[in-house]
Order: sequence, then C-alpha cells, then structure tokens
Amino acid sequence: MALNQLSVFVDNTPGALSDIAEVLANAGINLRALSIADTERFGILRMIVSDNRMAISVLKGKGYIVKETEVVGVKIGDAPGKMAAALKVLDLAGINLEYLYAFCARTERHAYLVIRVADNQKAEEVLTGAGFHMISDADVAKL
Amino acid sequence: MRYFNEPAETMPVSRIRQMQSEKLVKQVQHVYEHCAPYRKKMDEKGVKPEDIHGIEDLHKLPFISKDDLREEYPRGFLAVPQKDCVRIQSTSGTTGRRVVAFYTQHDVDLWEECCARAIVAAGGTNEDVVQVSYGYGLFTGGPGLNGGSHKLGCLTLPMSSGNTDRQIQFMMDLGATILCCTPSYAAYLGESLKERGIKPEENPLKVGIFGAEPWTEEMRRSIEETLGIKAYDIYGLTETSGPGVSFECQEQQGMHINEDHFIAEIIDPETGEVLPEGSKGELVFTSLDKEAFPLLRYRTRDICILSRKKCSCGRTFIRMTKPMGRSDDMLIIRGVNVFPSQIETVLLKEGYSPNYQIVVDREKNNDTFDILVEMDEETFSDTVSNITAREKALVAAMRAMLGIGPAVHLVAPHTIQRSEGKAVRVIDKRKLVTDSQWKG
Repeated sequence: MALNQLSVFVDNTPGALSDIAEVLANAGINLRALSIADTERFGILRMIVSDNRMAISVLKGKGYIVKETEVVGVKIGDAPGKMAAALKVLDLAGINLEYLYAFCARTERHAYLVIRVADNQKAEEVLTGAGFHMISDADVAKL
Repeated sequence: MRYFNEPAETMPVSRIRQMQSEKLVKQVQHVYEHCAPYRKKMDEKGVKPEDIHGIEDLHKLPFISKDDLREEYPRGFLAVPQKDCVRIQSTSGTTGRRVVAFYTQHDVDLWEECCARAIVAAGGTNEDVVQVSYGYGLFTGGPGLNGGSHKLGCLTLPMSSGNTDRQIQFMMDLGATILCCTPSYAAYLGESLKERGIKPEENPLKVGIFGAEPWTEEMRRSIEETLGIKAYDIYGLTETSGPGVSFECQEQQGMHINEDHFIAEIIDPETGEVLPEGSKGELVFTSLDKEAFPLLRYRTRDICILSRKKCSCGRTFIRMTKPMGRSDDMLIIRGVNVFPSQIETVLLKEGYSPNYQIVVDREKNNDTFDILVEMDEETFSDTVSNITAREKALVAAMRAMLGIGPAVHLVAPHTIQRSEGKAVRVIDKRKLVTDSQWKG
C-alpha cells in the first residue's frame, strides 16, 4: 500500500524536459504531481504518475534512466496550516526531510504531500499516530 | 580446428628467425628500390641494402614515424605502380593529415589470412556466424574482419557500426555466434540487450573479438559477463594493414604476433635503442611481405612488452601485452602524466560503465580536467545529495590513482559522443589529440 515515485535523470540541455513530457504524453500517461531538483549541470525529475509500469517501460525504451522509489504520501486538508501541522509531527520525531512536494486533487477538498525521508516506516508511523492518512498508488490512480 | 595455418603458426622459433631474415633482405631491397622517402632515410643514415644480411642487422635501419607518412601524403610510401593496387584504407586523420595505405591483391590476401587466424584462435570455425560491427569503409576494422571471416568460410553479417536495434535483431534472428567490434561498442550492445530484457544466456553469441581502442582487463570481464561470452583482443594498425597483426588465443594471455609477416621490436621511445625481450617500451613493426605499403621499422607509439614464453595453445609466435598506453597520447595535466586506461580502471572498480570522456582545457594558465561518466540504473539516485556524494567519491578514487583530482560529472546514458563506434575518450582543447588510428 505504498506510494511509488518515478525519478528520471535529465541533462541540463534545452528540450530535455520537453522530450520526456512528450514520451509520457504519447503513452497516455497522466502526471499527478512532479518536482524537479535542479543543479547547474543536471536535473532530477520526480513524478507521481497514473501508470508506473507503462511510464518506466516507455522511458527506458527511449534510453532514460528511471528509478522507482517508495515515498510517503500524506493526505492533508486543503486549508492554511495543514501542511505545517504534518511537518511539525515529523519535526518532533526528529525526522529529516530529503525533499517534499505537494499537489491538490481536482474534486476533493484535500491536498497531498509527497515526502522523501530516510526511514519511510517511521515517518508513516508518526504521521498515522497524529491522525494523518497515508495514500498509496491505488489511491492516486482513483484521483 | 585449432589453427588456421598450422605450419606457419607453430613453426619452431629458429625457423621463424630464418624466415624473417630471408624475407627482410628481400624487403629492404624492394623498399630501397621503390620507395623514395625511405631510400633517402637510408642514404642519410649511410645504410645500403647490402648491409642487411638478416634480422641481426634490423637495428641499422631508420625508423618511420606517422609524421613521415603524413609528409608524404598521399603516395610517397607507395612502393608499387598504382595500377597494381586494388584497395586503399585510411586513418581517420583526426590528429592531422590522413595516412593512406595501399594494398595489392597479395596484401589483401595476407591481411585477411591474419584475421582468419585471429578468428580461429578465438575458437571460431567455418560453422560460425560472424557479426562484424566495426565500421566499414576507410576504417580497417570492418573490411579486415569481414575478409577474415570470408576466408575462414563463416557466414558473415556485414553490419558495420551503429543502428543498435538492427544489430540486435540480426544477432538474435540469424544466430550470430561471434561478434567483432570495438570494446566500447560491445559494452554498449551489452547494455542495450539488458535494457531490452535479453539475458546474457539468451543471446546466441559465444565469442567476441574486440580491438581498435584501448581497453582494460576489468572491461574484458565486464563485457564477458554482460554478453555471456569469452572476449578476445585483436591488434593492428592501418599502417601495417589493419587488425590481425596480432591476436589472442584462448589463453587470453597476450596477443600472438603473426611473425611470418611482421617483425616486432621494443624500443626506448626516447633514445630509439632496441630493448631486450621482457622490457616495456614502444612497439615497432616491420612488414615482411607487404608489396604496396611495406613499412620498415614503423613506430606504433604503443607501449607494451613482448614475451617469447611458450604458450599452451601451441603457437610459437611471440606475444605482446595489450598496449599499456601510448608514448604520445599520454596526457600531461597540471604536469602529471595521465593515461586514459587508469581512469577506466577506477571507473570499473567503482561500479561504473566504462563509458567516459576526458575533457582537458586551459583557463587562466591552469589546466582544467573534467571527466564525464555515464550513469546507469544502479548508480542513479532520486536525490541530488546521493549523486553529488557519488561524484565526490569518484573524485577521491581518481585522485588516489592519478595523483591529481579531476572534476567528475555524472551524465545520462548514451550522451558521450561516439565516432565510427569508438567512444571519443579524450577531448584536449589545449591541442586536439584524439587519435582514431587502429590501436589495440
């Protein structure tokens, strides 16, 4: 019941991201959320997509390196202070964030945090303990 | 089938020397008579053909360098009427003027037999299907192995380099058992098969014959593993005909030099002095049978060691080690000698693919030294901190090996430039030194 993120290595060249977007579009893959870590020379594109298997297959076919990583998906209210509350829980538990990004659902009045930490299980435990709900690939597919 | 030409390949060493002496005397006469630039060199040194009585007099002859050949472009060293030639091949000319090598039909036959011997030494028979994925054209790789494969009677797939999808399709559909290409292309094909989910045991290949660029023992093991084959080295240069001047047998302990056609010497690259067997130095070749382009004492710039030690394969031909570097493509960066092979060794040890490129430049009177390394799934990570930590670890490993620290940049797969299937290993912007001559 985990949330799995795809990450892709992107060279820092014009058109690099557009190529990836096109590959995914041609395969009918919907992007739920994404973030890009950029450095001077390269970027890491991280995405939550509608169909991981298919996305991996088409990207690899085009020679990209793709990695699937388990991340923590947390459902929060779509209102001021909700993210702060979730992060406070992690802070109190001494959990350090590697990175985080967020997205809102179209229909529900909820937002979702995608969180990368060293120890997913611990993060999920403390968040669940504080009343937060975790989301999985299956939940994302229903959005 | 153990040998392509058993009488030649297993003749006693005393007979080899006798044959070389007889052929040398005749070849020196032919060259002196028909090759004006070499006659001039001999005259300047005060050596006449009658001074050469056998291989013991070889050291009296002047050397030929690549620069000599370039100066005489295109026909200076041609030693027969052009109408007697049937073929040319040429170096890529990336370091300057091209060198054009001419061949009579006799020269082509001789070259192809050398390649056929290499295929048999690697375990090939006329029942094999040989996929030749070296470039065809002026480059000697494709035509040489193609000719050797014909001579042996194998079904030959003249694939040339590039078009990986088609390479894999023909390999699988036609059941190629022997792959001939550059080691970097073999590594690339291995990765491509893996990406397509084809396991090493699912491809029909048994053997690979790889050359034309430097590769290390670590790279051999890595290719053998990814392709599920035994990988053999082959060596040659356009100037001496092409691949097949020497080749590995199943011992994989150095390459047997076809001594019925070539004399090998090791010299001190600084003084030109001939060094005794077992010494490390520059390899020098004398062609004994070539008619059109018969180079005497040609300096290859490859650094290696020769060994007369008996080989269990039964071949009596002397063996040369894989070139350990070049007396001229050694890079001097911030005053430190750097060989690309050292960088390759570090990469393989640290778990990277041997796809890399060295970029050297000069900024404000200081050398910049960058190494681009292609990542794969195992070395990629979703966090920037992991990737930068990996880069730092590579810098430290490089510094330990080389004595200076390069900047290491991890890049996406398949982004490093390849030319004629050979990875472009060195870009020296201070002075272009990339050399695509055929070198082991």
